[in-house]
Amino acid sequence: MIWMRECEVAVVGGGPAGLSAALEASTLGAEVVVLDRDDGPGGQLIKQTHRFFGSRAQHAGVRGIDIPDILTEEATEQGVEMIFGAEVAGYYPDGVLTFKKDQKWCKLRPERVIFCTGASERFLAFPGSDLPGVYGAGAVQTLMNVHGVRPGQRVLMVGAGNIGLIVSYQLLQAGVDVVAIVEAAFDIGGYAVHASKVRRLGVPIMTRHTVTRAHGQQQVEGATLMQLDEDWDPVEGTEQYVDCEAICLAVGLNPLAELMWQAGCSMAWIPQLGGYVPICDEDLQTTVEGVYVAGDASGVEEASSAMMEGRLAGLGCAHSLDRVDSDRYRQRREELLHELAALRSGPTGAKIREGLQKMQQAQPLRQVLVEGSDC
Amino acid sequence: MNEEEIIICRCEDITLADIRCMLQAGVDDVEEMKRLLRCGMGPCQGRTCRPLIMQEVASHRGVDLEDMKVPVFRPPFIPVKLGLLAEAYERRGEQDNGQTS
Repeated sequence: MIWMRECEVAVVGGGPAGLSAALEASTLGAEVVVLDRDDGPGGQLIKQTHRFFGSRAQHAGVRGIDIPDILTEEATEQGVEMIFGAEVAGYYPDGVLTFKKDQKWCKLRPERVIFCTGASERFLAFPGSDLPGVYGAGAVQTLMNVHGVRPGQRVLMVGAGNIGLIVSYQLLQAGVDVVAIVEAAFDIGGYAVHASKVRRLGVPIMTRHTVTRAHGQQQVEGATLMQLDEDWDPVEGTEQYVDCEAICLAVGLNPLAELMWQAGCSMAWIPQLGGYVPICDEDLQTTVEGVYVAGDASGVEEASSAMMEGRLAGLGCAHSLDRVDSDRYRQRREELLHELAALRSGPTGAKIREGLQKMQQAQPLRQVLVEGSDC
Repeated sequence: MNEEEIIICRCEDITLADIRCMLQAGVDDVEEMKRLLRCGMGPCQGRTCRPLIMQEVASHRGVDLEDMKVPVFRPPFIPVKLGLLAEAYERRGEQDNGQTS
């Protein structure tokens, strides 16, 4: 047999969902191993300098960057083993996870697995979009909030959702000139409170506009903006040139679902949740027994919801391993579902609620990766 | 708009012109296109270009993204040196000492 170790619960990804899942499952007595490709815990939290909303359960009032330490300390006390610099490469039909760590090929066979792999940034393709200076919004946040480096002195923001608005504000705080925020849709997708804040600071938000070209030889020196018609095509004659050193794309996220496809989970196409997501029950168990999912990988949402989902998945795992009696399990589950419902209430949660409803009637799709199949 | 200037798959340097050329030639299946062009087979394994290619093929065929066949996600989906696998094979049979490194 090839070198392999076993454990009760493996959590892939040590972001808000993964850390919460590990903490919940370990507190109830499960043996948990967390794999994360980064050098430390936190995932996207390490760049979220803003204070969180929600309730105490989601660390409301605490800055995102301070949450990983709190969760990690508690998880370590509960005996969670965290393996950093571990890049997961695949999940196989016999329940084995392979990963790369310190230039070694490792295998782990958990009894339960929770995929908290997060999401990847969407990209736009236009002439010049491969020039240095075209960034995803996540990359800009990493540069500024983790490394203290400005992406440029003048930045064009593409996308007026919450990420586009918040990153614009962080750029302004760092002394960067945000030349404009362009948004292809009719409306600003983000919260009005964020939009007003950047507008007050003099940043124009141009709806029904997009970027059609990045200019420059070695790096971005400017961009062409154009208005869009009813068919979402650029209108000739509306070209505007803006001078900028960087273009920041905040045009949405795709759940990172490779591992779920490989596990043979039934997936559903739900645009409200970001694309293909696994079909889950209330414990966030997928259609494959023992395979759970939490956070953006199960549908793109806020980090606060990701933490509650992680808790639910961790609880579900512990329950399936007989580590929690049924009464306590039901009570805790109610608590967590209540927290999640509160986070998803109101007009801002409408899209998520719609997406979750759509999951109930979704047409599942499944890939089978076994010997002898044509895959 | 010059299609040759638009890079769709950055890992493998595939332009929009390359993709549309395939579509013109009747290759309108993402899996088939992947085999012919190597788009989505570089270090990022299609995380950036897959949605762009799916969108392009869907609009060429006049179908919704929802009705598109999804390319298969084979492991490993990160770059792995063959030496690493060979070294793991050499280590086979070793007892698990609880260490991962």
